[in-house]
Amino acid sequence: MLRDVIIIGSGPAGLTAALYTARANLRPLVIEGIEAGGQLMLTTLVENFPGHRDGIMGPDLMTEMRAQAEKFGADIVQGNVTSVDVCSQPFTVTTADVTYQTKTLIIATGASARLLGLASERTLMGHGVSTCATCDGYFFRGHEIAVVGGGDSAMEEAVFLTKFANKVTIVHRREALRASKIMQDKARANSKIAWRLNTEIDEIRDTGKNEVSSIVLRDVATGVRDEIPVTGVFVAIGHTPNTALFRGQLEMDANGYLVTHDGSKTSVPGVFASGDVQDHIYRQAITAAGSGCMAAIDAEHYLEGVPEHLQTTVAADAKR
Amino acid sequence: MATENVQTFTDSNFEETVMKAGQPVLVDFWAEWCGPCKRLAPTVDALATDYAGKVTIGKLNVDENPNTAFKFQIRGIPALLLFKGGQVVESVVGLAPKDELKKVIDKHV
Repeated sequence: MLRDVIIIGSGPAGLTAALYTARANLRPLVIEGIEAGGQLMLTTLVENFPGHRDGIMGPDLMTEMRAQAEKFGADIVQGNVTSVDVCSQPFTVTTADVTYQTKTLIIATGASARLLGLASERTLMGHGVSTCATCDGYFFRGHEIAVVGGGDSAMEEAVFLTKFANKVTIVHRREALRASKIMQDKARANSKIAWRLNTEIDEIRDTGKNEVSSIVLRDVATGVRDEIPVTGVFVAIGHTPNTALFRGQLEMDANGYLVTHDGSKTSVPGVFASGDVQDHIYRQAITAAGSGCMAAIDAEHYLEGVPEHLQTTVAADAKR
Repeated sequence: MATENVQTFTDSNFEETVMKAGQPVLVDFWAEWCGPCKRLAPTVDALATDYAGKVTIGKLNVDENPNTAFKFQIRGIPALLLFKGGQVVESVVGLAPKDELKKVIDKHV
């Protein structure tokens, strides 16, 4: 079956695109991806999504968005896209089980947590190293742990983790924090938080025991190394866009973000991008949702504008 | 959408239903407050159907059963541990696609 619209990703961008294209009777297919629901699934109370004056839990907000898109006829399927071909019409989207064909594609694959890139970090992921404080903080009740990063999410995670841990050391490679003043103040006022600025992590021990026992730190200015005992390391050093599928097919910037123009258009007509996969500036739930709406409307206009003879050819090809 | 194939493991039944089980057992360590756990749940349900009769599959709530979670040094959820003959033979922490999990399970059935 040739689809009008396939949406890859099920965060605020993907589900808003689904809502709008469903209401336009385009019967969108949403392929969720492994990190279904997106980054909000890893958050607790979201206080800046308009319309929820007392805040709403991130996972609840995503459950609502999903239900709303389904109510208007969006097909949402589990699965992870393994390859995409946008070099010829119709576009092809492949998962482990199925190959789909579509006239338009909306990319809402978002961004995933960036890692430090240490071998020990990789080995100990899930065994004391984590990128999700709300998921894993519970297991560090009474422990001493570290948070890596200097942005808002690092401050937020550190403060959240003091609910469980006795001591949280924030490790940041620069002197200045990138976090907003309000978040910095919250973290600085917390007596359970210790600071190691101008400091990088060289190694996480102990890979031999398959558990975290300490981190080896290095002062960026002096090069002096020391080791502090921690049982957990929470990495909050930002995100990296999920664009590996599109390498060589769609225009990207130096950091791998998809480049969009005139709204949500990518370098290939009929392929649109929304949310964090094309946004390294705003990165909010509400801006992702807004850009999902833009992609939906752009896809709708594109479908209306495809000349009748081309539509027929496309449909005939798909049946062969 | 828990199916009848998905068991519920607890601190009190773990020894009997998992450690002493005759066939491999896949245990999904999860909690109510864990968003990714909820997202993994349908995959675990599907695996339970696919492996019915070959692998026992069930869930353990870490909030209600802290002893078992502590015993197996769970530091992150969702965590899937595969037990065979009372030993942990595989562990997958975090979200993973169904076909990847099948490959891990298939090594032991």
